Amino acid sequence: MKIPIAYVFRNLWTRKLTTLLTAGGMALVVFVFAAVLMLDAGLRKTLVGTGSYENVVLLRPAAQTEIQSAVYRDQASLVETLPEVARSEDGTPLVSKETIVLIAIPKRGSDKPANLVVRGMPAMGMRLRPQVRVIDGRMFRPGSSEVVVGRAISEGFDGTSIGEKLRFAGREWTVVGTFDGGKSGFDSEIWGDVDQMLQAFRRSAYSSVLARLGSADQFEAFSARIAADQRLILEVKQEPLYYQDQSKSLSTFISYLGIALSAIFSIGAMIGAMITMYASVANRTSEIGTLRAIGFRRSSILAAFLAESLLLALAGGIMGLVLASFLQAFTITTMNWQSFSQLAFGFHLTPSIAGSTLLFSLFMGLVGGFLPSVRAARLEIVDSLRAA
Amino acid sequence: MYYLRLVFKNIFRHKLRSFLTLTGLVVAILAFGLMQTVVNAWYAGSDMASAQRLVSRNATSLVFPLPVYYRDRIRAVEGVTAVSTSNWFGGIYKDMTPANFFAQFAVDHDNFFDLYPEFRTKPEELLAFKRDRRGAMVGRLLADAHGFKVGDVIPVKGTIYPGTWEFVVRGIYEPKDDTTITRQLYFHWDYLNEQIKKFYPRRAEQVGVFIIQIADGSRAAEISQAVDREFRNSLAETLTETEKAFQLSFIAQTETIVMAVRIVSFVVIVIIFAVVANTMAMTARERLAEYATLKALGFGPGFVAALIVGESVMITTLGGALGILATFPVAAGFKAALGSFFPVFKVAPETVAMQAASALAVGLLAGILPSIRAARVKIVDGLRYIG
Repeated sequence: MKIPIAYVFRNLWTRKLTTLLTAGGMALVVFVFAAVLMLDAGLRKTLVGTGSYENVVLLRPAAQTEIQSAVYRDQASLVETLPEVARSEDGTPLVSKETIVLIAIPKRGSDKPANLVVRGMPAMGMRLRPQVRVIDGRMFRPGSSEVVVGRAISEGFDGTSIGEKLRFAGREWTVVGTFDGGKSGFDSEIWGDVDQMLQAFRRSAYSSVLARLGSADQFEAFSARIAADQRLILEVKQEPLYYQDQSKSLSTFISYLGIALSAIFSIGAMIGAMITMYASVANRTSEIGTLRAIGFRRSSILAAFLAESLLLALAGGIMGLVLASFLQAFTITTMNWQSFSQLAFGFHLTPSIAGSTLLFSLFMGLVGGFLPSVRAARLEIVDSLRAA
Repeated sequence: MYYLRLVFKNIFRHKLRSFLTLTGLVVAILAFGLMQTVVNAWYAGSDMASAQRLVSRNATSLVFPLPVYYRDRIRAVEGVTAVSTSNWFGGIYKDMTPANFFAQFAVDHDNFFDLYPEFRTKPEELLAFKRDRRGAMVGRLLADAHGFKVGDVIPVKGTIYPGTWEFVVRGIYEPKDDTTITRQLYFHWDYLNEQIKKFYPRRAEQVGVFIIQIADGSRAAEISQAVDREFRNSLAETLTETEKAFQLSFIAQTETIVMAVRIVSFVVIVIIFAVVANTMAMTARERLAEYATLKALGFGPGFVAALIVGESVMITTLGGALGILATFPVAAGFKAALGSFFPVFKVAPETVAMQAASALAVGLLAGILPSIRAARVKIVDGLRYIG
């Protein structure tokens, strides 16, 4: 015979302060656990969304990032002639030769400068990145000192609103528009005309070349051709993989930090649950004896106390998850060590994160409630009835 | 005296519960201390900065170099006593894993170590370093981590400067105290420059930053401005700031993460507060009849309240003390495991003070709520109360 769940529920309800404190402690642990998972998911989403598999990035060998790379003009022109590269209706190769530099601009509300990526690109650059749309103002005009800024930048950095002027490389650049990169890494970049930028920064070589292939399957053939060509000493990467590599250390750092914190915190929460459940058993010794006397089995008692602990954990888990879901409104801007520039990304709650968070809280409830429940189940009827 | 004895005896009435609460406290205080230490370790680079050193870099951003001929013009600025150069090399040793990561700088071999007295060098090693164009000076921490000895050749793959570069260890410098970071490799800028000249002539004769020594630290702002004025409206404008500000500007870029760790370190205190408050609430509820008895015997409500708060504070003091004691060996283990991430990983006195303060605060706050209830309870109600 089973003990009704209402009994379990009312036990928690009677001792509201204790229930609230225990569930509250668990909720905080769950909150931290969920927040870290969401941050990692947000980072992944940002970087995977930054590219498409048909695009390839060409860099100088051994250069880890576009910033360190250099591609000479003759190399860039050669890439345009390769047969795997897709062409537009009028026959122009879909290749964007770009220059990438870092500039330091103060974050809004502080005077401390942070590094931002400035990307000079030809008009083709927009076409190769269909996920990017101008949401405010207009695109920069080729051949002018105009720039457009990513959404995360216009929100977070000084002097980046439309109409304002940014000063770098000995020139003033007018901000004429804001673009939305669909929560990708481009949201943290400033774009302008490549020829103007090369001139302003006094560079003779491009930083990287982005090319669209006829289809993603042609990547193998394309990279084999590059490897075979003595004139093209370049490294080829598919765009999404390139951006994933960029954030590997940041992503690893976030998950390590998260695992370490969750592990330490969950010890605290499990101890809290254990204390509560032991007290719950101790307070109800005679009650348990009565239940046994009227015919409930040991297994039913065990189940009832485990259910109580799980219910407690579930309440904490849901509280924590609800709290964490509010985090989605926030965006975090921090430095990506590999590219040495600022990257904006948000918290992203997925169903699988919600699931694993609730499982985690139930696990804490199970571990915390198991020993006390066993104690409750092992009480002898006579002893426990006499206890009161 | 009997008050303390009563409190002490009360703690051990529920051995299991007290033990669990104590364990939770120790873990929480330990975690709090470690997280604070991580935050401090983050700032370690700036603690090492000297007030007598300025750093001058390209105003656009660090990625852009400065022409090396600026050096003489900076040297001529009034108040400057010496100028050295440093250039980030960004090479890869063995592979990309964090364990094998260390910083390499191409520096002016002639006077760099004069500007950094916190790096203790042996005169004969320094001389050998100066004489060997491919020579390198390696920090103690780095040398120990990879087993580098004088005479070893270290191959490094350049990411900014292509090719494989080989440096010969000519000396190992020791830290002056435990705020000094000795995890870097310094080699001759001349060596770098001569190779660049061969292959990338356009990038030659350039340095990353100038390190400027000034006699009087209080004139830092004024001299910084004078240096920047010197190069205003030139092709490469400079931005000069104190070494500390320069180091902090790196940390500021990752401030969000530091903030997160800091916030989370306080969350752990809140969690343990919930646990201790819960323990005390349960304890007080169970003993309500006892408190009523004490009152009936003539003890005032203040005594009853003090009994609960005292018990709470005693538990947290004990837990806090154990947690603080555990912090030191754990931090040492942490350092041994993650020395390449955090070259300076030391539990600061402030951290210990904060640990103690938070343990005390948790004890006081957790005891207050149940003690109010116990102090207010009417003798009749209390005596009638059954758990």
